[in-house]
Amino acid sequence: MKRIGKRLRSNLVIYGLVVVTYVVLQMVMGSGHISSSLQGQLVPICVYVVMAVSLNLTIGVLGELSLGHAGFMSVGAFTGVVACIALEGIISLGAVRMAVSMLIGAACAALAGVLIGIPVLRLSGDYLAIVTLAFGEIIKNIINCLYVGIDHRGLRISFLTSAAALELAEGGRVIIDGPMGISGIKKLSTFTMGFALILITLFIVLNLIYSRSGRAIMALRDNRIAAESVGIPATKYKMMAFVTSAALAGAAGTLYALNYSTVTAAKFNFNTSILILVFVVLGGLGNILGSIIAATVLTILPEMLRQFNDYRMLVYAVVLILVMLATNNDDFKGLLYQIRGKILARNGTKGKEGAVNE
Amino acid sequence: MTFLSYFISGLSLGSIYAIIALGYTMVYGIAKMLNFAHGDVIMVGSYICFFAVSRWNLPPVVGVLLAMILCTVLGVTIERLAYKPLRSAPSLSVLITAIGISYFLQNAAQLLWTSNPKVFPSVVGDGSVKFFDGRLSISVITIVTIATCVVIMVALTWFTSKTRMGKAMRACSEDKGAAQLMGISVNHTISVTFAIGSALAAIAGVLLSSAYPTLMPTTGSMPGIKAFTSAVFGGIGSIPGAMLGGILLGIIEIFSKGYISTQLSDAIVFAVLIVILLVKPTGLLGKQITEKV
Repeated sequence: MKRIGKRLRSNLVIYGLVVVTYVVLQMVMGSGHISSSLQGQLVPICVYVVMAVSLNLTIGVLGELSLGHAGFMSVGAFTGVVACIALEGIISLGAVRMAVSMLIGAACAALAGVLIGIPVLRLSGDYLAIVTLAFGEIIKNIINCLYVGIDHRGLRISFLTSAAALELAEGGRVIIDGPMGISGIKKLSTFTMGFALILITLFIVLNLIYSRSGRAIMALRDNRIAAESVGIPATKYKMMAFVTSAALAGAAGTLYALNYSTVTAAKFNFNTSILILVFVVLGGLGNILGSIIAATVLTILPEMLRQFNDYRMLVYAVVLILVMLATNNDDFKGLLYQIRGKILARNGTKGKEGAVNE
Repeated sequence: MTFLSYFISGLSLGSIYAIIALGYTMVYGIAKMLNFAHGDVIMVGSYICFFAVSRWNLPPVVGVLLAMILCTVLGVTIERLAYKPLRSAPSLSVLITAIGISYFLQNAAQLLWTSNPKVFPSVVGDGSVKFFDGRLSISVITIVTIATCVVIMVALTWFTSKTRMGKAMRACSEDKGAAQLMGISVNHTISVTFAIGSALAAIAGVLLSSAYPTLMPTTGSMPGIKAFTSAVFGGIGSIPGAMLGGILLGIIEIFSKGYISTQLSDAIVFAVLIVILLVKPTGLLGKQITEKV
């Protein structure tokens, strides 16, 4: 009973923090006390939070290092925007059209997840990591060679040629123009949409983690052989976590792409995958709240460091290294432990109980 | 004849990948970490050689030596400051630190040398050698690259199998604890590994920039990823594997550029890698590790 109560409490803390942050930000925005640079960052923050939480599902919960998460984001971004443009005449309400596009983006990314998961999940460790990296690069390469247009006959797709090969009829429109990507996107993403996506992501991920399947996935992470010996089908559960993670990344990709007027495949490269990996590791593996905070802080941090101008990415790199060194330093850990012990001691019996539970 | 000329340029590109991959694979074999900053050490090496040769007008040989020395110092310093404190940390923390170092080197290079592309001077010399009545011409840089790779391969094989230090390295990669009990200083051995890897990175940087003469702070990252791929391709941790993987990757890349599509060449290279790993999950020459229950 007590454990269920604790889990519910920690989940409520996560949902509560997200909702409170949203409400406070909305109020601040309403009164106009928010800098325009931060306002421009709101949707990207939502995107990165969703990306980090979904990658945490693969790395922290499933325990497999993925270096190609941006690939799924890319699939979601491109299919989502194509869907959004194709549906322009059918669904007139922007928010509904965007929600449908996000669903399509997520579905396509999930499909990519299945296709990639079949070979990838046979491997393990560093080999799995390098194959996900390879898939990320392959997706980028393929989208770079893809030409998609639309006219009254419907969607037309051409590969490795040029936009002219689409042979669009009068009034047709090129959507994906190979390496130029998609341009002239109508901006549909709003902070509220991003907030909704975060809530949906949290709902899916937290429910998965605390379900029977989630426990199976974590058992596979902790000891694959022991888990298989008690009859847990490894491939099924690995696939479940991997594909869920891919689908959420796809939805985040659509949200991201619809926030800008142009989007190219080069944006979703290896560096983007690494950026999200950094969020997950700094936030703590398997720690959902940690991922949310790390993604938010590290997206704002380079902006806040703008006063250092040219030095900001250098400072970012140094901060990254120092955090890693500090969190793995025994002296520093001991110091933190002592501080926590003092705080707990001050809180008296309640603190003691907490310490036992930890 | 086109086939032969593609083959030779593939061999040359593959030699560069192989030299870089050696750095990855040696460090992985001994410290069990993916050193993501390795690609950026290549870039630093190229810049040092560039400044030595075209700004300070030093002879090319001195430029290359200077690049090797400074890169060695850089590599050992990075290892001391960033990786050594993390020896017992989880591998993901080390990976993130390596990424941090990579960001740091790229941004420092951008601040110091701006992001304007620099044209790398021909350190090795222009000109080409003609075969078959001029139907096949091989540039000097290609020949030098392949020759350098062969020399490095022979020297490293000799080093790891015959010298005391080489044996210590193999012992450390086999079992660190046992090596320490036999009186091998593990920390010293790891430092030496980083030194050798970084010196090789400097050579690779000079060769790479001679073949593709645009030099930017991000020059090292893509060849770095490709070389990392080739190290895995050949079986990470294995020195002959890195050589084989690098050369095969270079040849596949040039052939797919020549015969299939320039735009899709990277996708094809990575697709071949995936197929190989599916058939042989530990790479071409990797050791099969049996899992004990």
